[in-house]
Amino acid sequence: MSERKLFAHELEVRLDELLLLSLRQRSAAEPAAQLEALPRALQERVLHWAGVAAQTSDDLGWLIASLAAEQAAALGEQLDDWARAGLDAYDCSGLAATRKALNEFTAASRARALRSQDSVSFGAVEGRLSRFLQALDGRPLRLVGGQRAWTDTETLWLPERLDAASDAAGNRRLYKIIATLLWAQTRFGTFTIDPEPELGQWPDRERALAWFALFESMRLEACIAAELPGLAQEIARQRGPWPAALAATAADLARPQATAADSLACMAELRRVGAGDTPNFAHVGALDPLAARRVRAARIARETAVLRRALNVLAAMDGKAGAAKNADYPPLAAEAGMQVPDPYADLLALPPAAQEAAKSLLQDLGAIPPEALHAAGPGAWQPVDGVEQYVAAGVTTQPDAFYDEWDYRRGAWRHHWCHLYEMQAPVGDHEWVAGVRSRHAHLIRSVRRRFEALRGEDKPQKRQFEGEEIDFDAQVEARADRKSGSEPSPRLFVHRRRIERSLAVMFMVDMSGSTKGWVNDAERESLVLLCEAIEALGDSYAIYGFSGWTRTHCDIYPIKRFADRYDAGTRSRIAGIEARDYTRMGVAVRHLSGLLVRQNTRHKLLVTLSDGRPDDYGDEYRGRYGIEDTRRALLEAREKGIRSYCVTIDRHGADYLPQLYGPAHYAVIDDARKLPQKIAEIYRKLTG
Amino acid sequence: MNASQATGRAAPLALATPLVRLDSEPYYHATGDELEVFAAAAKSGLPVMLKGPTGCGKTRFVEHMAWRLQRPLVTVACHDDLTTADLVGRYLIVGDETVWMDGPLTAAVRAGAICYLDEIVEARKDTTVVIHPLTDSRRALPVEKRGEYLEAPPDFMLVISYNPGYQSVLKEMKPSTRQRFVALDFDYPEGDIEARIVGHEGGVDDDTAKKLVKLGGLTRKLKGAGLDEGAGTRLLVHAAQLIASGMAPAVACTAAIARPLADEADTRDALDDLISAVF
Ligand SMILES: Nc1ncnc2c1ncn2[C@@H]1O[C@H](COP(=O)(O)OP(=O)(O)OP(=O)(O)O)[C@@H](O)[C@H]1O
Ligand SMILES: [Mg+2]
Repeated sequence: MSERKLFAHELEVRLDELLLLSLRQRSAAEPAAQLEALPRALQERVLHWAGVAAQTSDDLGWLIASLAAEQAAALGEQLDDWARAGLDAYDCSGLAATRKALNEFTAASRARALRSQDSVSFGAVEGRLSRFLQALDGRPLRLVGGQRAWTDTETLWLPERLDAASDAAGNRRLYKIIATLLWAQTRFGTFTIDPEPELGQWPDRERALAWFALFESMRLEACIAAELPGLAQEIARQRGPWPAALAATAADLARPQATAADSLACMAELRRVGAGDTPNFAHVGALDPLAARRVRAARIARETAVLRRALNVLAAMDGKAGAAKNADYPPLAAEAGMQVPDPYADLLALPPAAQEAAKSLLQDLGAIPPEALHAAGPGAWQPVDGVEQYVAAGVTTQPDAFYDEWDYRRGAWRHHWCHLYEMQAPVGDHEWVAGVRSRHAHLIRSVRRRFEALRGEDKPQKRQFEGEEIDFDAQVEARADRKSGSEPSPRLFVHRRRIERSLAVMFMVDMSGSTKGWVNDAERESLVLLCEAIEALGDSYAIYGFSGWTRTHCDIYPIKRFADRYDAGTRSRIAGIEARDYTRMGVAVRHLSGLLVRQNTRHKLLVTLSDGRPDDYGDEYRGRYGIEDTRRALLEAREKGIRSYCVTIDRHGADYLPQLYGPAHYAVIDDARKLPQKIAEIYRKLTG
Repeated sequence: MNASQATGRAAPLALATPLVRLDSEPYYHATGDELEVFAAAAKSGLPVMLKGPTGCGKTRFVEHMAWRLQRPLVTVACHDDLTTADLVGRYLIVGDETVWMDGPLTAAVRAGAICYLDEIVEARKDTTVVIHPLTDSRRALPVEKRGEYLEAPPDFMLVISYNPGYQSVLKEMKPSTRQRFVALDFDYPEGDIEARIVGHEGGVDDDTAKKLVKLGGLTRKLKGAGLDEGAGTRLLVHAAQLIASGMAPAVACTAAIARPLADEADTRDALDDLISAVF
């Protein structure tokens, strides 16, 4: 069949043959003219379906032919589905329904096409936006996709998809603008005021909130303009000029001194004159002041406590202060018996966590509340047992080791607290490793090449009998010796010998339940890649998995011991790594650093692959306790000469990592799929 | 035949090491008490270690101090091939003679100069030990090849720099090296000071300089989350220079700040967003 398009007159003939149009006094001239513009393949498909339909009924044939002529260009590839949908509709409900079904199909497919071109999904902008927001001032915000745009002051929800703008770039910009305005709510005091007295006077709460959000957006836009003028211009362009009726209010709220109270005042005024619905602005998110205030109140209480505790420690270290013994805990400055001109001067001496708390309080309240500046009393420590006794009852075998655990609340060790078992690592399909190797063949090759370059520096050994280079010093000496008549040495060459990197690395792999799925796959793939790369380097390395279930069930799975080779057995154990229970991290760090420290190398490195913070069954290990214990364990490792590094897949920015590993000793990867690509690079940086 | 030929050795050849004498004041804006501490260390003959992220003014500070103290300056950029001989010196064959050539360290000791070893952690461990006798009460440099024991004159001063943000476990400085130095912590200057520096060095107006500093501050919050390190003052100065030469600010910032910092798409896009938000 030739690829030449059919001309209108040829199409007319073909249609007439198929549909016997001349007998019915219909003309194929119009559809033929429309079809002329299509590519040959599509023309043939239309003719095909017209013929098929005509076998059912002439009228159906005509309907398909004439509609296809109009719509085929828009349908393209979907023409076949379209025609089948039409035939189905005819079978079920007759000719009229068929026309309707066909038109609807086309409309839906047009909408889909538009959508895929111009709309933007949350997933597509998440990484970019979360970095953008992270760079802005203030407390870190978690980004989550959801139904509508709003924030509770800690999490920022954004719609799953945006298509209000006319093109993709516009929709991306819109995401940024919405997110920035929500950030501004938390940064510039939208929630520092109680709006309920005003909101309560409106018959329709939803409408009231919409106006509040709109007025706040006017005020916040001006706040943004002061810090990020370029972005404020983008917002102004996005929304266009304010409607005339709102222009004066917008100007008023743009005054630098305006606060959320002014927005409420605008609402009161509007309420008096009678308010309709707000005009629709795509860039203004929703407000839920009750939810936000709840989160905020909990945070303020939490951070006040953090701050007081830290001040307590400070006071105790001061010696002169008796805060812990004093019944009514006077403020620190008064305690020290001197006037502190700057009430925040004390804060500079605080540990980072407490400084963060203080900053956060400043952001919430504009000032640090006086009660936060009183040191806390001595914390009463209560042992939390219960479930654990119950679980312990189920254990029959003897643990391989016991470890102490650090309880920050009582500032003391819990002795023999964790029961550690070395378990047999499950065996997986070692074909899986072969699959990964061939899938990533290119990556593995390039990583190996780069790693080979790292493999130990060459150490020149001078004054050798043979070697790759001439030893100039020796030559010169020999020459001088010969001249002065003494016997020259024959050792005249430099031999380059590779010196050992002398590095042992322990990979500690999180096998907690939360890694199930992508994260687990990514961990296993990364390990394959790492093994391939490290084999090229010759560093000594081991891989252990860890998981567990309360302190009496801390399990360690040897995947590759230092002595093991990267062989079929190791490969199938990597393939067999699976998501299990919880992440009691401290005990795993202690056990594995114990193994690592026995390695006879100059440098020792402990790399943790995990997907989030330490956690265990029951509320105890979760949160601060687990972080403090893990931090303690890492410090102990450091004292033994072990450096730690953590690679975390945590989509929600791991804010606890600096506390655990110190700055620059961790990497956060927001997408598990990127782990294999990144891990080799991280290892190279870490040991290069 | 003269004496040096008889031993196969010639007098020191003072060619390759550039001893820089600064005639005009290198611009440096103090951010703390570093001028006083450095001057005091110089007076007491103590070596100094400058710690800080890249591009925050360490090199400039040393140049400034060399000018202030009226001492010549020798700078060595350390790298992992740097050998002891590269620092101390070696014999060369010139014509029919063997000639000794001082390395930069020896030359600095002889001249009573400030010797600045930039990025000392890059040098190999066996190289760094040659500075040990210079950095304790001996204040001397044994030049083993020549059997010479060079005592440092009072004006000689050793300065090293080091970026603690370094991630390689193999490149940590040994405590025995570290503990010989008076240390000065450098960081990016405070907002207003940094703006003044960027304005002065880059030749841009106050408003542009402030915006650049604002942008720099935003990128520094991405450290550990997409970036290994935020934009240093040096990058801000570069952007300012491009702007001063007539480039649009956003284009200049993309070229001088965003691109050098990040390769990864999300981070690059976020940096672009930050640039357009600030300008
Ligand atoms: N306090 C300062 N006063 C004057 N100029 C400064 C100051 N801080 C930074 N600069 C500017 O920043 C530029 C980079 O500084 P410099 O080269 O001294 O950085 P560095 O700390 O030595 O960086 P690296 O660790 O990468 O060598 C200087 O050329 C200068 O323009
Ligand atoms: Mg420098």
